[in-house]
Amino acid sequence: MSNILSVEDLSISFRQKKEGKDKERQDKEHQDNDLHIVKSINFTIPHNKTIALVGESGSGKSLTAHAIMRLLPYPAAYHPTGKIIFEERDLLALSLKKMVNVRGNDIGMIFQEPMSALNPLHTVEKQIGEALTTHYAHAQNSSPKPTKKIIREQVLALLAQVKIPEPETKLGAYPHELSGGQRQRVMIAMALANRPKLLIADEPTTALDVTVQKDILDLITELQATYQMSVLLITHDLGVVQYMADHVLVMNKGEIVEEGSVENILKHPQNEYTQQLVNSHPSGNPVTLTDSIEQLPILLSAENLSVKFPLSKPLFGRCKSFFHALNQVTIQLRKGTTLGVLGESGSGKSTLALAILRLIQADGSIKFDRNEISHLNESEFNAYRREMQIVFQDPFSSLSPRMSVKQIIGEGLHLQGNLSKIEIEQKVSVIMKEVGLEPSMQHRYPHEFSGGQRQRIAIARALVLDPRLLFLDEPTSALDRTVQMQIIHLLRKLQQERQLSYLFISHDIHVVKALSHQIIVIKEGCIVEHGDAATVLSSPSHPYTKKLLEATL
Amino acid sequence: MIKKIYHRCSPINQRRIDTFFFNKRASWSLWIFLFIFTFSLFAEFIANDKPLIIHYDGALYSPVLVNYPETTFDGDFDTEADYTDPYIIELIEEKGWMLWPLVRYSFDTHIANLPQPAPSPPTSSNWLGTDDQARDVFARVLYGFRISILFALALTIGSSLIGIAVGATQGYYGGKIDLYGQRLLEIWGGLPQLFVLIILASIISPNFWWLLAVMLLFSWTGLVDVVRAEFLRGRNLDYVRAAKALGVSNFTIMRRHILPNAMVATMTMLPFILTGAITTLTSLDFLGFGLPAGSASLGELMSQGKGNLHAPWLAITAFLVLSSMLTLLVFIGEGVRDAFDPRLLSQ
Repeated sequence: MSNILSVEDLSISFRQKKEGKDKERQDKEHQDNDLHIVKSINFTIPHNKTIALVGESGSGKSLTAHAIMRLLPYPAAYHPTGKIIFEERDLLALSLKKMVNVRGNDIGMIFQEPMSALNPLHTVEKQIGEALTTHYAHAQNSSPKPTKKIIREQVLALLAQVKIPEPETKLGAYPHELSGGQRQRVMIAMALANRPKLLIADEPTTALDVTVQKDILDLITELQATYQMSVLLITHDLGVVQYMADHVLVMNKGEIVEEGSVENILKHPQNEYTQQLVNSHPSGNPVTLTDSIEQLPILLSAENLSVKFPLSKPLFGRCKSFFHALNQVTIQLRKGTTLGVLGESGSGKSTLALAILRLIQADGSIKFDRNEISHLNESEFNAYRREMQIVFQDPFSSLSPRMSVKQIIGEGLHLQGNLSKIEIEQKVSVIMKEVGLEPSMQHRYPHEFSGGQRQRIAIARALVLDPRLLFLDEPTSALDRTVQMQIIHLLRKLQQERQLSYLFISHDIHVVKALSHQIIVIKEGCIVEHGDAATVLSSPSHPYTKKLLEATL
Repeated sequence: MIKKIYHRCSPINQRRIDTFFFNKRASWSLWIFLFIFTFSLFAEFIANDKPLIIHYDGALYSPVLVNYPETTFDGDFDTEADYTDPYIIELIEEKGWMLWPLVRYSFDTHIANLPQPAPSPPTSSNWLGTDDQARDVFARVLYGFRISILFALALTIGSSLIGIAVGATQGYYGGKIDLYGQRLLEIWGGLPQLFVLIILASIISPNFWWLLAVMLLFSWTGLVDVVRAEFLRGRNLDYVRAAKALGVSNFTIMRRHILPNAMVATMTMLPFILTGAITTLTSLDFLGFGLPAGSASLGELMSQGKGNLHAPWLAITAFLVLSSMLTLLVFIGEGVRDAFDPRLLSQ
């Protein structure tokens, strides 16, 4: 069987600019300063097969894909060695003009984030049509300029092929008028406009909800069969790999550490890193409780909690139409347990946490430790703030880049006012040890830490006040799988030691399952199902929960 | 000392300082500007019509700092001694000596014994010539430079303090405060600044502080939009939310968590506000609505140059001084802007 693409000995390096040094020395040290991201990798893509490139963030998998399209920021990036052979031509040696014909014409690409990959100022028809007209002459070898009518027909056919409902009405739509899944379908339509022989899909479903994810993957598989094309799938999600790929390449720190068939890699990984990757699937059970869950006292309860945003605001008078981010939600959280909140993006699960913490305006009753706290004013509520803390999803945006770790963790302690500097320093050191950080790191700044370490800092900041309740707003979704597992272990350990209660928000069923005693499933601001974790996940009663569980790979 | 301050800065700021000084054009401009500015701060000791030190009858006098009546030197009157008067000079030199500054004229000295009728061309004693009221141009430039920079600095500091405070409040609280604040700003921005100044000039005689106050009334709006935008963005950042959840007060959140972000935009704009203030003051002086008559100002020199085209040294001096000062400041400003460029940090 012949290969459509073969990558031979490919390396990718980045030139590092050094400041404050004279030119000559800079040139001398030139080679050593450069970042060598991808180190002489070899792989081939056979006809009509799906190859998955798996690795954690920073492993160089996306860069490899971009190198095939020659989309790297040249000349800052360069290839010390290597060839990319596509149909007997070396893509790296091709002139830019010829390369433009290869891009989009012979090789199509789908990006991770469909919102930023589509131009917000152009309609769907124009964006897909552009892909068609650019390559039309090349593809048809005949009439130089296609008419508008022909283009429109082809765009419609493409939209129908990627299964966008009512394609006629979507022609004039702008990207913001489409849902995430529809946007990704438009992206696929653009990539397929010229019947490419190879489709590169760079994390095509990472930004999408689980229920949509499966549809998109099915669509790619189906189109692959129709067009007889090869697919290079880049992902960090082994579930997606298992579902889609024929052959897997595992990448770590710029090198391919293992390759083989899906079966072999997932079942019998040889390489240490691959084993780690395969075993890092969120697993284990939540902390065992001393009593049965009904016996434990209720720590937090919310009744008929609603959050609404005005939709159109008249200049005078009251607003009449509202968007309900949360609609009459009632929850109960018992001491020392975890309540998992499961839902897709936009379902209002983060809003729930923000509403209880009074970071946004909400109606309804909230009781903490049997005290009604929803009517308290700002200063009265401050007494409760130290009892409930929050950890956010993105550890990069949740730490102020201008404060040292000690300042970040110690900020809450300073507010108590009755602690001396030495006491604060001690408390910071103790909490850093507890979350698994070296206390000597406290004078560093957040940018010197990795994502997992940053999340530990965020947890330390929340825990230093000795709260009883922790809101965890997708604390693991921005992290790599192996790091995710470490954070889950940490959270379990802390819950056991400190008798903490968690409100754990996530879209990832595996993670929720690994931590929660009880689960609520939330959809469009309403709770559709609630109950014990085991019951909800094994025998869901609501169709939406069933759909969620089915879609999970 | 400087090293100590440098090491107390956060790594981001250290990198910014490095970037600024790595830019040769900006750092040279900064050093030249600082040198000239420091030089002009001591204008009284460089260009003055009073001696620096007088040794008279066994005692030392410093007329630059203290006013002495003529009778101190056995003169006839109780009024302040005029050290350009040949009679006084003769009296002092009889019993001692005088140490004169580099230039023997202050900005308002009317030189009596010019070789040619004023404005006279440059000579060895009047390096840049004299203006049409027989005053030394070099002395006037030196004093005028100082007052321009001081005025601009005061205006910049004042307007950034007000601008940041207003912008921060609007951006952080948002909602109605922001809405009404923006409308107020739009109306305020519509007021004709120059006409207000002209009307004011006919009621009071504007001095340094009056001018500063009136121009401050209009110039603080410049920074509001930038700071407001940063605060609007900043109030929804996760670490700001986390601080709120900790119970940190609004003021502390604004100061500690959001303001540093807004400072980048502010610092980038500051040098350009500074040059703008210099230009405004100069043009007001040029039109005759600026500093009171007789004070040293570059704008007044400019208008003298326009009025005396047969004395080109006036216009040429004013042009060269203004353009080189503004060029230096713009170079410094560009250096600051590049140093604060976030793209440099991500590389």
